[in-house]
Amino acid sequence: MSPMLPPLALAARSTVSAMGTGAAATREALHARRGGLAPCDLPGMPEGIWVGRVPGLEAVALPEALSRYVCRNNRLAEMALRTDGFAEAVAAAADRYGPQRVAVVLGTSTSGIAETEEAYARRGADGALPAEFDFTHTHDLHALPRYVRARLGLSGPAVSISTACTSGARSFLEAQVMIAAGLCDAAVVGGVDTLCRMTLHGFRALELLSKAACRPCAADRDGISIGEAGALVLLVRAEDAAPGTVALLGAGASADGHHMSSPHPEGLGAVAAMRAALAAAGEGPVDYVNMHGTGTRANDAMEGNALRALFGEGVPCSSTKGWSGHTLGASGALEAVIAAICVEDGLVPGCLGVETPDPEFGVDVAVGNRAAPVRRVLSNSFGFGGSNLALVIGRA
Amino acid sequence: MRCGIAGIGLIGPGLAGWAAGRTVLAGEVPWEPAPVALPPPAALPPTERRRTSPSVRLALAAAAEAAAGSGLAPDGLETVFASSNGDGAVVGSILEALTAPDGAISPTQFHNSVHNAAAGYWGIAMGSTRASVSLGGHDDSFATGLVQAVANVVARGVPVLFCAYDAPLTAPLDAKRPTEAPFAAALVLVPSGGVSLSVEMAVGAEETPAGAWEGLARGNPAARSLPLLRALARREAARIGLGLADGGAVVVEVGA
Repeated sequence: MSPMLPPLALAARSTVSAMGTGAAATREALHARRGGLAPCDLPGMPEGIWVGRVPGLEAVALPEALSRYVCRNNRLAEMALRTDGFAEAVAAAADRYGPQRVAVVLGTSTSGIAETEEAYARRGADGALPAEFDFTHTHDLHALPRYVRARLGLSGPAVSISTACTSGARSFLEAQVMIAAGLCDAAVVGGVDTLCRMTLHGFRALELLSKAACRPCAADRDGISIGEAGALVLLVRAEDAAPGTVALLGAGASADGHHMSSPHPEGLGAVAAMRAALAAAGEGPVDYVNMHGTGTRANDAMEGNALRALFGEGVPCSSTKGWSGHTLGASGALEAVIAAICVEDGLVPGCLGVETPDPEFGVDVAVGNRAAPVRRVLSNSFGFGGSNLALVIGRA
Repeated sequence: MRCGIAGIGLIGPGLAGWAAGRTVLAGEVPWEPAPVALPPPAALPPTERRRTSPSVRLALAAAAEAAAGSGLAPDGLETVFASSNGDGAVVGSILEALTAPDGAISPTQFHNSVHNAAAGYWGIAMGSTRASVSLGGHDDSFATGLVQAVANVVARGVPVLFCAYDAPLTAPLDAKRPTEAPFAAALVLVPSGGVSLSVEMAVGAEETPAGAWEGLARGNPAARSLPLLRALARREAARIGLGLADGGAVVVEVGA
C-alpha cells in the first residue's frame, strides 16, 4: 500500500478565462449562469465555431527584463499572476519558506506554439524562420514554468507537465509528491493554455467541434467549444494555511492503455483514476462531481458510464465547460478552483444551456444551479493518450 | 532522495541497446557512432504500430529494454517520460499544413502531436493502466525528469519507469532548436534493492563531463544521462553534477 500524500491547502488562487478575470467574476458568472463562449472572431480559425476567448489578452505586457518570453500563453500567465493578489501571496510564501523552497509546476498542452504558427507564415524565401522568433522562450513547454518562476523571483524546482487535457490537474498530484519527498515546502501549480490554430484545426479534423456553445451532458450535444485559461494555485501543507482553507485532499491517476484519442467505452481508466483519488482522500462524502464533460458524444458517454458505475444516481454531476469552453491543459486547474468555489458557496452549478440531459448516463446530471452543502468535490480530467486524472477538493 | 536502479535501457548513435552500449561505455569496445535504427514497437497491434513516429519508437525501445532488464512486469510500472522536443516531426508537419489557407491537418497527426503520445503508445503496447506523466524541460529535461521520477518512488513507494528521449526536429524548426541525433535512456527505479541511487537538488554543482560522448551529451537533452550511464556501465561509484539552465543543479550519486 502506498504511503498517504499530505493534503495541501489552496492558499492562493487565480483564474483568468472567458468566465472572467479573477475569483469574483468567476463566482458571479457561476451564480448568474452567464457563460463566456462566443462566435470565434480570431483570424485563420475554422469557420462557424464558438470559443472561450479572454478579452484584452493581446495587450498584456510582460516586464521588460523578460520580454523574450512574449507570446499569447505567457501573456495569459502574466494576467493570472496579476489577478487576485496571486503574485503577492507567492512572495509571502517565498519569504516564509525561502525562494528555493517554492516549486513551479505547471501544465500546458501547446505552450506558446501560436508564436511558431506566425513564424511559419513569415518564412523567408530560403524557408528559414524569422531571426527574431525565439522558440525556447515561447513554443517550448518549459517556457511557461520558466517565465512564472523568473517573474516571481523563485529558485525552487521548475517542472513542465504536458499530458494533454490532464496537464493542469496533474500538476496538483506532482506538487503533492514533491512536498512529500521534501523537494519543496510550497508549489505554484496549475495550467495555462491559449487559443492556437493547431488545436482548433486539430479538433476540427477530428470532427469534434460544436457549431455553437458546447452543451456537455445534453442528449443532443454536438461537440467541444475550445477555450483558453490561466489557472494558478499556491499549494502549501494544510497546517500552514488558515484553518478551513479549501484543500486538495487526494489525487488519482491512471492510463487507459486503449487508444490514442478515443476513451475506453466503459470508462475503466476513468473509474480507476476516480477510485484512486477517493482512496487517497480517505473517508468522506462527495457531494458534487465536476465532470471532464467536454461535450463530445464519446467522452461524455464514457464519463456517464464511469460515474454510473461508481455513484449511480446518488451524487449530482455537471460540467462547467459550458461557461469556459474546454481549456485543455488548463482545464483541470480551472475546474479545481471552480470546485473550491462550489465548496465555499454550497453550490452545484448545473450544466449551462442543457434542456434534456442524456438519459443514457443514468446519473444525476444537474441542469440548473442547486444550493446544497458541498463538502467534497470530485473533479475529473481526461486526455488524449489515455491520460486520466481525478482530484478531490474539500475542507481538510 | 534514495532509491534503486533495477533496469536500464539505452539507444543512441553507436549505442544500440544497453546490452551492447554498456560495453562501449565501459571502454571495453570502441565507440563507433552509427545511425540509430528505430524498430517499430513489436508489442503494438499492427494498425497502431504503423502510426508510430521515430520519436515514439525511440522512447518505447529504451523503455521496453529497461522494463525487461528489471524483471518486473511492464504493465505494473508507473511511468515518467521526459522530452524537450516531444514529437517534433509530427508537430513540424502540422505547422507546415497550417500554412495552407484552409489549415486542414490530419486527425491522426493531431492526436499524435500531444507530448504524451509516447506514454499513450506505451500503455497500449503493454496493456498498462498505470499512472503516467509526461514532462518537458528543454535542456533540463533529463535532470528534472529524473528528480520527478525519484520523488514518485520515494513519496509513494511504487516502482517507476523513467524514460528520457529526444529526436531531432525537422526543418525549418531544427535551426532554432538543434538536436544532434536520436537518443533515449530509461531507468526502472525501485523503492528498495537494485543499484543504489541518490538524487538531490543543489544550489550549484560542477558539471560532470561525458568524455568521448561530450558532443552527444551537449547535442541532445536526453544524452545528458551519459555520465550516469557511464558510471553504471563501469559499475563504479560516482557523483554527477547536472547544472540547470536558470541556476541550481541536480546532484546524482550512484553506488558501485
